[in-house]
Amino acid sequence: MKQEWPLWEVFIRGQHGLSHRHVGSLHATDATHAIQNARDVYTRRKEGVSIWVVPAADITASSPDDKGSLYDPADDKVYRHPTFFDIPDDVGAM
Amino acid sequence: MYAQMIKSEATQDDPEKLAAFQARIDAGDKIEPKDWMPAGYRKTLIRQIGQHAHSEIVGQLPEGNWITRAPTLERKAILLAKVQDEAGHGLYLYCAAETLGVSRDELTEMLLDGRMKYSSIFAYPTLTWADMGAVGWLVDGAAIMNQVPLQRTSYGPYARSMVRICKEESFHQRQGFDIMMKMANGTNTQKRMAQDALNRFWYPSLMMFGPSDKESVHSEQSMAWKIKMNSNDELRQKFVDQTVPQAEYLGLTIPDETLAWNEEKGEYDFAEPDWSEFFDVLKGNGPCSVERIEARQKAWDDGAWVREARLAHAAKKQAAKVAAE
Repeated sequence: MKQEWPLWEVFIRGQHGLSHRHVGSLHATDATHAIQNARDVYTRRKEGVSIWVVPAADITASSPDDKGSLYDPADDKVYRHPTFFDIPDDVGAM
Repeated sequence: MYAQMIKSEATQDDPEKLAAFQARIDAGDKIEPKDWMPAGYRKTLIRQIGQHAHSEIVGQLPEGNWITRAPTLERKAILLAKVQDEAGHGLYLYCAAETLGVSRDELTEMLLDGRMKYSSIFAYPTLTWADMGAVGWLVDGAAIMNQVPLQRTSYGPYARSMVRICKEESFHQRQGFDIMMKMANGTNTQKRMAQDALNRFWYPSLMMFGPSDKESVHSEQSMAWKIKMNSNDELRQKFVDQTVPQAEYLGLTIPDETLAWNEEKGEYDFAEPDWSEFFDVLKGNGPCSVERIEARQKAWDDGAWVREARLAHAAKKQAAKVAAE
């Protein structure tokens, strides 16, 4: 029975102070192997200071079909944005 | 290009969904793996990205040919780094293709049994060290022409892998030109080698863009889907216009007697490559076609025990961990 190496998603912290960002995926047999492969595939030019790997099968994602019901409630709360409020120029920077 | 003669698949989907999909593409939206997409879009992309990935991987072979014989240790280290990058490019692209529902092993098997192709350019041999210069300068140069616009392609994972690849590709072209400069300014023999490499790689490089697609229905569909951004002729013209002055700088002659600046059009007139040769190479009759697939088959077969052993080791470690808990 032929089996492929599991898929891992790779996240890299580009610089100190930034959050990890998804950069792509790769195949590896376990977490240590995934980190080693991620170093070779995604950081050949010092693109990162820290690597996270996550088994792709363990990621739960929102469904594109839920776009409406998930994000609609934000549409009618424009007062959450600072530009909603008019502050006179005389007040200065705020 | 790295993906040549990709036939776009006819699609039989719900017209309403199709129209909504096209509207998203026209609006500049990116399509992501979990989004609805027409079956034809998916199939065409698998073929296109898969062929692109195979080209990166098979493309390591003509250059790998010179790693042990690079003229200096520095050149050897640089060439190794470049060939390693090509492996990386293949991996980015395989992962992008896999998001469409095809597995890595299936892709590899389709390359090996001939159901999927790789770019015609890699079926040509690399006979001298100057070929390393010509490949970087011309082949990677032609690839950049095609890949820069593909950074804006409609399929998100494909576009993102192109962004990564383009960042690295410029090193490849410049190291090629650097080799050409050295050779072109060297001894008479070196200069002859540089000219010979240009002579052999010029027309195969022009072929990379594929035949004129003015009449092609498939091109139209792929352009509408934004998985093809420019026509083959457009990119080929751009490549010639960019490369001719570079050849002049090197003091080398493009092997085309009809090549001339067309003042009116503001671009070069040039001779078409021999398209019968192109179709023949694509059919698997290139000078190195058999050798390339044999090398990939050998790597696949020789690596089988490694793939199995790593899985067995991981399973054993996992079992020990569970037992300890």
